[in-house]
Amino acid sequence: MFSYTIFIMLLPLLSFIVLGLAGMKMQHKVAGLIGTCSLGLVTILSYLTAFQYFGMDRVDGVYQTFVPYNFTWLPLGNLHFDLGILLDPISVMMLIVISTVSLMVHIYSFGYMHGEKGFQRYYAFLSLFTMSMLGLVLATNIFQMYMFWELVGVSSYLLIGFYYPLKPAIAASKKAFIVTRFADMFFLVGILTFGYFVDSFSFSFAGDIVMGQGTTPFIEANLTKAVAAGGFIIPTALVLMFIGGAGKSAMFPLHIWLPDAMEGPTPVSALIHAATMVVAGVFQIARMFPLWIEYAPQAMSIVVWVGVFTAFYAAAVACAQSDIKRVLAFSTISQIAFMMVALGVSLPGHHGAVLDNHAQLGYMAGMFHLFTHAMFKACLFLGAGCIIHAVHSNEMALMGGLRKYMPITHITFLISCLAIAGIPFFSGFSSKEEIITACMEYSPVVGWIMTGIAAMTAFYMFRLYYGIFWGTENKEAHAHHTPHEAPLTMTIPLIVLCVITVGVGVYTTIGGFAGWGGSFGSYVSAAGTDYTIHFNTQIAATSTVIAILSICLATYIYKGEQQPIADRLYATFPKLHRAAYKRFYQDEIWQYVTHRIIFRLVCTPIAWFDRHVVDGTFNFLAWGANEGGESIRSWQSGDVRQYAVWFITGSVALTLILLCI
Amino acid sequence: MIPVECYFALSALLFFIGVYGFTTRRNLIAMLISVELVLNAVDINFAAINRLLYPNGMEGMFMTLFVIGVAAAESAVAIAIIINVYRKFKSDSVEAIQNMKR
Amino acid sequence: MGNTVMFIILAVFIIASALMCVTTTKIMRAATFMLFVLFGVAGIYFLLDYTFLGAAQISVYAGGVTMIYVFAIQLVSKRTLQGLEERVKSSKMITGALAALAGLVVVGLILLKTGFYTQEIAGVEVPMKEIGTALVGSGKYQYVLPFEFISVFLLACIIGGLVVARKEDKA
Repeated sequence: MFSYTIFIMLLPLLSFIVLGLAGMKMQHKVAGLIGTCSLGLVTILSYLTAFQYFGMDRVDGVYQTFVPYNFTWLPLGNLHFDLGILLDPISVMMLIVISTVSLMVHIYSFGYMHGEKGFQRYYAFLSLFTMSMLGLVLATNIFQMYMFWELVGVSSYLLIGFYYPLKPAIAASKKAFIVTRFADMFFLVGILTFGYFVDSFSFSFAGDIVMGQGTTPFIEANLTKAVAAGGFIIPTALVLMFIGGAGKSAMFPLHIWLPDAMEGPTPVSALIHAATMVVAGVFQIARMFPLWIEYAPQAMSIVVWVGVFTAFYAAAVACAQSDIKRVLAFSTISQIAFMMVALGVSLPGHHGAVLDNHAQLGYMAGMFHLFTHAMFKACLFLGAGCIIHAVHSNEMALMGGLRKYMPITHITFLISCLAIAGIPFFSGFSSKEEIITACMEYSPVVGWIMTGIAAMTAFYMFRLYYGIFWGTENKEAHAHHTPHEAPLTMTIPLIVLCVITVGVGVYTTIGGFAGWGGSFGSYVSAAGTDYTIHFNTQIAATSTVIAILSICLATYIYKGEQQPIADRLYATFPKLHRAAYKRFYQDEIWQYVTHRIIFRLVCTPIAWFDRHVVDGTFNFLAWGANEGGESIRSWQSGDVRQYAVWFITGSVALTLILLCI
Repeated sequence: MIPVECYFALSALLFFIGVYGFTTRRNLIAMLISVELVLNAVDINFAAINRLLYPNGMEGMFMTLFVIGVAAAESAVAIAIIINVYRKFKSDSVEAIQNMKR
Repeated sequence: MGNTVMFIILAVFIIASALMCVTTTKIMRAATFMLFVLFGVAGIYFLLDYTFLGAAQISVYAGGVTMIYVFAIQLVSKRTLQGLEERVKSSKMITGALAALAGLVVVGLILLKTGFYTQEIAGVEVPMKEIGTALVGSGKYQYVLPFEFISVFLLACIIGGLVVARKEDKA
């Protein structure tokens, strides 16, 4: 029934191959059209998949899991590496997110990358990325997920380093690759630990516990066996996998690569570093969720507290950044942390296969936030791209007063800011509301902290908004180059994403207060059941008021031409501002740890040992062989007469020996 | 009556004169001539051993006969090779083929 | 007594010719001295009453093989024939002489160490008929198989020699 889903993965792959091999021979427009058209088809297919999938009848109140394709790629006894396609609510939801944002970015890049050198290469990499990301979410087993996980890492590396003649781009791409690889090492260890004890990589455990259907006795039995072998095994494996996810999703302290990744083209930041790849960690937790709640409920508090701290840290740093893409990057980190927290607070309290309302809520809220965040954050990044396109700089100081020049960008940016700030009738409100409700139920402390961070979010987003569109216009910079509205190819994606944000926002807000069915929770929920979103009015009101208050504060401080309060704050807390601006010296700490401690104390002795002892041994062997060869080289002179002499000498010697005996 | 040792001594002398020639001559044909001397030394031994130590058998004589045949064949092939070498290298000296390739 | 004198004459003749053969610088002379050595060896065979062997030596060796050499020399060693002399490096000469002398000494030692019992033989020739029978007979101490091998071998050598020495096509 879903046999066409294979094309969702094949089309981008095909366009990557075509563009990668023949792209340089094509005109820019042709290459771009090939990439965009194939992605358009993928989008249509994804929507069709979603339409069909969610249109199907539930069995026992849950959506069924479909595996249209699954072939064994590498069998190793009981353990086997499979490649296939898995359709369940979250993967179908991710399909929509990825294809939508990717299509928008493809269209947008027509304008943004216009006339750039390597335009075709850019589209080829975009296709590669899309293919890998789709493969990641459609994976039928954790190993396939890991393969595509690395592939998205590679495409992210390639795209961050797109402007490879520039030094910062190279450094950033390397940093991103190395940091995520470092984290992925833990992921791999986790996978192998899991595979070793459970004897399976398959995600079909998902069918056992959450989806409530088609139990696989084999995996069930193995899980039980693994628990019997040691209660810590599965939690350990899961936490190791979480470290990998934390690397990809830029959780503290592995977040350091994401701000630097902003060196890549802005549409790439929108696609990879805001909407899709960075939520891979969240997706991974959601994928392994059945195991987390069943076998490692205590370990989930790690996820919660890492998430809470990251959310706070990133929000604090975002308040002090001056580069608009950096602000957005830290805001992304903070928002992903929200999703992590949401998943983490989905505590069990369930019996058997039945999840209680609470556990459903956190999971659903995390996924919901993933969805809405992808849309409005992509819109913000694309808007930032328009601004950078107009101003030719990332620095807020060179902007200000742009609302006159760029009306469409201004409006869409404002709408997205309202969404991320959590104002009702915008999509961010509904999802954030659910997250905070879930946190409140988990523990009021976490709930209030998250409310505070949400307030910070509203504050720094509006600081950014006012800094770009209001405030003092930098007449000097604008004199010789008047900012202008971006071309249609760039504004249309903004408008589309805004429409989605507002549409989803209005529907879910009204639906949430009224308790309508058919909202997001009906489609994606932890148990796959129809979960009706119903806002807690008290919490909704509180957080809305707080969000509005912090927007007002930001307006008060940053809207005017002069910003006396902001200046006075800088003057009062110069150190704090400086620390926040420097991201609380995280990069310096990493630098210190890696260079000073690890390099000096571990790597240098090892390198010495390698160079002198290991290499020395082999160099000595090589030297010996060489010298030996040199010394006996003349024996093989090709001079037959000399051979004859040797032959005679040898026979004489042999005869003498025999004589003596 | 000539003792067999005399034949052996003659054969040994002839053999090592041949060896000496083989190791000193540069000309390929001259080297081949030295090889013939060596073969003849061996022939003398075969014949003498057969005749003086085992007069009832005929193995030594036949061996000599076969060695003569083989020597004829060997010199034919060797001469063919030498002529080829000469064509390729324009030289009949043994140094010309020291590298076994052009 | 006559045999002894004959042997001494032949031995001196062979050794002298062989020495001249390996020391002369002219290649044609070397071939000629080789011919003398071959004749001398044939004489030794006659002395041992192997007349058939002596005849084979003269006809195959002295008659056939030497001819091949002469032809080869005429074809190849034009420079040497035109008076250019072959130079022998003294170092080569010394190593060669040393190796040969060492070998000679060792063989001499073996000869001295080993006692041989020399049988008195009447001057009886091996009858030709017996040789013929043994050569083509297939019984014990009969040699039809090596004989056939030699014939096939000679044929192979003729073909091989032709193939190797044939002028390559200029295609």
